Amino acid sequence: MRIEDPDQITIAPDGGMPEAQPKWRQDFPIDWPKDEYRSRRDFTKLLGLTSLAFVVGQAWIVLLSLIQRAEKRPPPFEITSLENLPVGTARLFYYPTQIDPCLLVRITPNEFVAFGQKCTHLSCPVIPRVPEGKFYCPCHSGSFDLKTGFPLAGPPRRPLPRVLVEVRNGKVFATGLADRSVV
Amino acid sequence: MIQLDYIDRSHSPQTVPVVCMHCDSPTCAEVCPADAIKRTEDGVVQSARKPRCIACNNCVLACPFGVPKMHTEMRLMMKCDMCYDRTSVGKKPMCASVCPSQALYFGTRDEIERLRPNSQPFNTFKFGRQIISTKVNLMIPKHSAIEHVDVLEAIYQPPTGREMEDTLFMNPGEA
Repeated sequence: MRIEDPDQITIAPDGGMPEAQPKWRQDFPIDWPKDEYRSRRDFTKLLGLTSLAFVVGQAWIVLLSLIQRAEKRPPPFEITSLENLPVGTARLFYYPTQIDPCLLVRITPNEFVAFGQKCTHLSCPVIPRVPEGKFYCPCHSGSFDLKTGFPLAGPPRRPLPRVLVEVRNGKVFATGLADRSVV
Repeated sequence: MIQLDYIDRSHSPQTVPVVCMHCDSPTCAEVCPADAIKRTEDGVVQSARKPRCIACNNCVLACPFGVPKMHTEMRLMMKCDMCYDRTSVGKKPMCASVCPSQALYFGTRDEIERLRPNSQPFNTFKFGRQIISTKVNLMIPKHSAIEHVDVLEAIYQPPTGREMEDTLFMNPGEA
């Protein structure tokens, strides 16, 4: 018997050529050198397919965010009427769903702000302190600016999600979430 | 790893060493479902790879020479690998280097033909319809005809050296 390939020494049970064997036999060779051999083409294919999978994943993430952005905004929600909200007080409401507590604050007679109540550090509910001009989180002494919702002190690094507020016919409506929200 | 088999234990202390024949188409590796039995570039069939072997016993049952042995406590098949630790550094396998009568010999075909002019090497075996050629050769008398054991016929014959005295398989009337 003449050996063509020094790495191919084992003979298939049918005695045929190595190229004529089924794919599974070529994929799981008995010979040690063939078993440990990784061809440059296979390695490049692995690199290429892995990179392609990453690219597809990134594109999928971008697509999902675009679709989410294209979804229509949550419907306006009537929070309260102006008579029930004296200047300098806050009111709790839930928007856009029943598990998202938010705070509406009337700072001046014509200035309303609304933010999500969950502290961006560990989701403790924040307490409005209107005279001091801030939201205070009692868990770790974090505070947020009352007008912008940006963090002032303590562990939180991200601003509170902002709810857009509109006054129509003496009633206050929540009309959507600002783009920076992380809801 | 060598093992000794008794030829006819009830009548004789004769043993025969069983070494792996290192087939060109190893049946143990063919039946291995875990891809664990590999062959080196020298044609030496290795023991099962420990990370892959699942201790399924397929190789033990499939080998026509009865070479692989399952080490249940290690969950690993181990067999003669021609002392790969020795032969890979130029030494002879342990069994061949210690055999006082040179019944086991490790060397080239030219050497053995020069040493034993009255014998011829023989390395093709038939098991039913399976024809196996091996790296390990048996030495047989030079001018004798090569006979193959008819395995399919032999499996119906009672085994030698083991008297069947078990009445369990006999008919109730005969017992």
